[in-house]
Amino acid sequence: MNTPADVHIDDPGAAMPQPEDPFAAAMAEQDIPGRSLWVDAWHRLLKNRAAVISGIIMFVMLLLVIVGPMLSPWEGDFTDWDNTASPPNFETGHWFGTDAVGRDILVRTLEGGRISLLVGLVATLVSLAIGVTYGAIAGYYGGFTDRIMMRIVDIIYALPFMFFVILLMVVFGRHIVLIFVAIGAVNWLDMARIVRGQTLGLKNTEFVEAARACGVDHKDIIRRHIIPNLLGVVMVYVTLTIPQVILVESFLSFLGLGVQEPMSSWGALVNDGAQDMESSPWTLVFPAMFLTVTLYCFNYIGDGMRDALDPKDRA
Amino acid sequence: MSQPVLRVQDLAVNFRSHTGGLFRRQERVLRAVNGISFELHPGETLGIVGESGSGKSTLARAILGLISPNRGRVMWKGENLTELDEEELRQKRKEIQIVFQDPVASLNPRMTAGDIISEPLWTFYPNMARLQVEERTRGMMKVVGLLPNQINRYPHEFSGGQCQRIGIARALVLNPQLVICDEPVSALDVSIQAQIITLLKDLQKKLGLALLFVAHDLSVVKHISDRVMVMYMGCAMEVSQRDVLYRRPLHPYTSALMKSVPIPDPKLAAAARQDSWLTGDMPSPYNPPKGCIFHTRCPYKVKRCEADVPALRRMEQGDWVACHRAEDLDLSI
Amino acid sequence: MALLEVRDLRVQFETPDGVVQAVNGIDFDVHAGETLAVVGESGAGKSQLVMAIMGLLAENGSATGKAEFEGRDLMQMSAKELNRIRGRQIAMIFQDPMTSLNPFLTIEKQMTEVVMHHQGLRKDEARAHAVEMLRAVRIPDPEERVKQYPHEYSGGMRQRVMIAMGLLCEPDLLIADEPSTALDVTVQAQITQLVGELRDKSNMSVILITHDLAVVAEICDRIIVMYAGEMVETGTVEDIFYRPRHPYTQGLLASVPRLDRLSDDDLHAIPGNPPNLLDLPTGCRFRDRCEKAAEVCRQVPPLQVLDDGCMSRCFIDMKSGEILSVADVPSPDDAGDDPVMEGRE
Repeated sequence: MNTPADVHIDDPGAAMPQPEDPFAAAMAEQDIPGRSLWVDAWHRLLKNRAAVISGIIMFVMLLLVIVGPMLSPWEGDFTDWDNTASPPNFETGHWFGTDAVGRDILVRTLEGGRISLLVGLVATLVSLAIGVTYGAIAGYYGGFTDRIMMRIVDIIYALPFMFFVILLMVVFGRHIVLIFVAIGAVNWLDMARIVRGQTLGLKNTEFVEAARACGVDHKDIIRRHIIPNLLGVVMVYVTLTIPQVILVESFLSFLGLGVQEPMSSWGALVNDGAQDMESSPWTLVFPAMFLTVTLYCFNYIGDGMRDALDPKDRA
Repeated sequence: MSQPVLRVQDLAVNFRSHTGGLFRRQERVLRAVNGISFELHPGETLGIVGESGSGKSTLARAILGLISPNRGRVMWKGENLTELDEEELRQKRKEIQIVFQDPVASLNPRMTAGDIISEPLWTFYPNMARLQVEERTRGMMKVVGLLPNQINRYPHEFSGGQCQRIGIARALVLNPQLVICDEPVSALDVSIQAQIITLLKDLQKKLGLALLFVAHDLSVVKHISDRVMVMYMGCAMEVSQRDVLYRRPLHPYTSALMKSVPIPDPKLAAAARQDSWLTGDMPSPYNPPKGCIFHTRCPYKVKRCEADVPALRRMEQGDWVACHRAEDLDLSI
Repeated sequence: MALLEVRDLRVQFETPDGVVQAVNGIDFDVHAGETLAVVGESGAGKSQLVMAIMGLLAENGSATGKAEFEGRDLMQMSAKELNRIRGRQIAMIFQDPMTSLNPFLTIEKQMTEVVMHHQGLRKDEARAHAVEMLRAVRIPDPEERVKQYPHEYSGGMRQRVMIAMGLLCEPDLLIADEPSTALDVTVQAQITQLVGELRDKSNMSVILITHDLAVVAEICDRIIVMYAGEMVETGTVEDIFYRPRHPYTQGLLASVPRLDRLSDDDLHAIPGNPPNLLDLPTGCRFRDRCEKAAEVCRQVPPLQVLDDGCMSRCFIDMKSGEILSVADVPSPDDAGDDPVMEGRE
């Protein structure tokens, strides 16, 4: 198209009368920084105590699961035969106790946390990437494209999830990546539906119409106008999806379909702990507590974000 | 007289909807724009006046190509816009632009004022240097009366009038030749309305723009138009020069509209107080009256008006009117 | 005694950006049978003024002051007592009729609910009353239309229904907040005429809130002009239109496009932007947009009151048109801002 040298738009400014004096002094000033809606929302979020505390807890949790196992004297799979099935005890160094074969529960919990949070994060990101693109395209183009795309979603939705996972396990064996795939493959469906719904609404706003009137092409409209305006809803949904995903993974592990030994996740730990619940309750309590706290925190953060992003606050 | 730069011929836009229950589905047709024709010359302003349901906004969008017309032609500098494909039409956006009614809703709340104004430049001149784009954007902001140092602020940080200025800057940044203004001041305070109208008038004079000014407010249109077209239920009732229209309108609807406009002067208002010139409400657009579409509310109707549709015909001074009785009636204000 | 006496009404809102003083000390009276217009642009506080009186402020708003209706202070009443007065003795009509009517209920249901609640009528009596009211506001075929839903009415008809609902209980005071702004000009003309007629028939008082000066000229007796939460001028309709004293009023009148004026008159706009209530100038709130602003305007302007009740909040003397010096003014100075200027005699 045109190179800068060719660009030749008459500058209407030259023909205009000079603005009045009050401007002249002001024009010498620096640019005033803008305050975007995200910044406003962030400030509102910070006022929500539950969300802030949850955020802090999650941050600490993340540090713990990443750094904790490295600081612990025990390995996750080290079996301490002197201290099998022993309750929490500061002297032996097993702060959370040990399980039936003498593995330190604290380290196992933290390492399990790594897996659970990783699954939560990765599967959600996958569903985000696929779901947002899919939904935005279906919603924006509408008509036949939309109908076909949404029927595909409906069909996949109708497939029994467990059946699908078991099938994958049988065919490919129990591998951690499969967990990501299985969960991601199902979660993007919800995201796609939500994004499509939002897009349908946004498509009819006046600023999208204005963009079309300015000749902006479709992919730029989706990129610049549609997606940024749905990110709010998407972000809220993401924070509420992560705990959902973690729970699904826990459920799979509980059923014995999740991660394989010696790797562990909170779900697997809860499964093991549940079996020894009567004799060594600490094997259940600690992983369950971590799991529950994480779920609560994400939910509070999600709620807080939804309130903060509520456009009705903007006068 | 120079050649008209825009010539609209028999433009029509229909909307279809379904009614009735599961088993008695009937299709209804709403003729939002029902055969509109007019011309516009470079540097001229045509005011398009009508109430809600008159089809004026639909007309504006059909001319732009945002809605596809069902019938008719839109000749822009000799080329028929309705026959262009999507990409060719997109290229025409450099020449025909629009300013919307709701100044805040027409701006993407997640983009800065600068980005909003620069977007048309990015779209059509993607290789333009960033600095050059910024310089031009700041220039446009000055032209519409905004301080350039506001370039990084977001729409919600501006007042309604300033948002409308941003909208105008965006419309002008590519130096178009025709700007369609769709009720650009209806949503603004009275004192700001005056500022924006004055701004548009100045810009038009300096830049030689052709303007299509769509509005429901006759008084506003009067200040900015050279000629005025009055629409009712998708049809043009009258297209007259401004001074003719406001002194001696040719169509009874125009006359009724003017009598309805309240005058901000207590003595004149008291003198003018009389029974409303228009009887009843606007008929349902799904079931328009036969014959002259206005006859159900017209104080001057005769038998003929119920059966024959009056064509838009030219009167001696070059004005056009769609009324069987145009020659007999004296509707002087 | 006036029907409604408002004294020192102040309304403020807690916002994330600080406390906003939406209404800053308003005094006015409304007499029986009188139509008072409250005129101003966005941010003037005119809607908030009546919301405060009616107890309809948003959660983050609070109001102080007195609003005596037939001798009883509305601001001090409990929600229950206010409820009894609202709808019965004081009726309110809002701007957008579509959002004020419940889309899920028939018109009949909504109208009879009001009447049955306030006057204890039986259902059939209430229905007859509702149909009569619809007839009075010129809804065609009221017997049939009363059974319909709001979406089956046009915008103008909905607003007429709102008026009908407002008048069902024969209130002493009708408060109309921008009743015809959202309507076409021909419908607006009908509505304005209707309100005038109904008012004449029943000696009802009306407070009309609007930014449309033309509508005011048609049916109002007195006008209050507001700017940035304060009254800047009051007077009769003739005073305001033919002898406006405050520069803001003058500016408003000059910026209204008029059908009857010479075409080539340029509209005279008020420069600048509507006031930001969080960032008002010191002294006179209008001074940064005022063409007649002088040094003395950095002080708080006095409230001048004439014998006939007209008032203006300005340093320009109402009778002579000269700029007053601060020394003439009985109100306290700002803390040592500027030296006192001599008035030009």
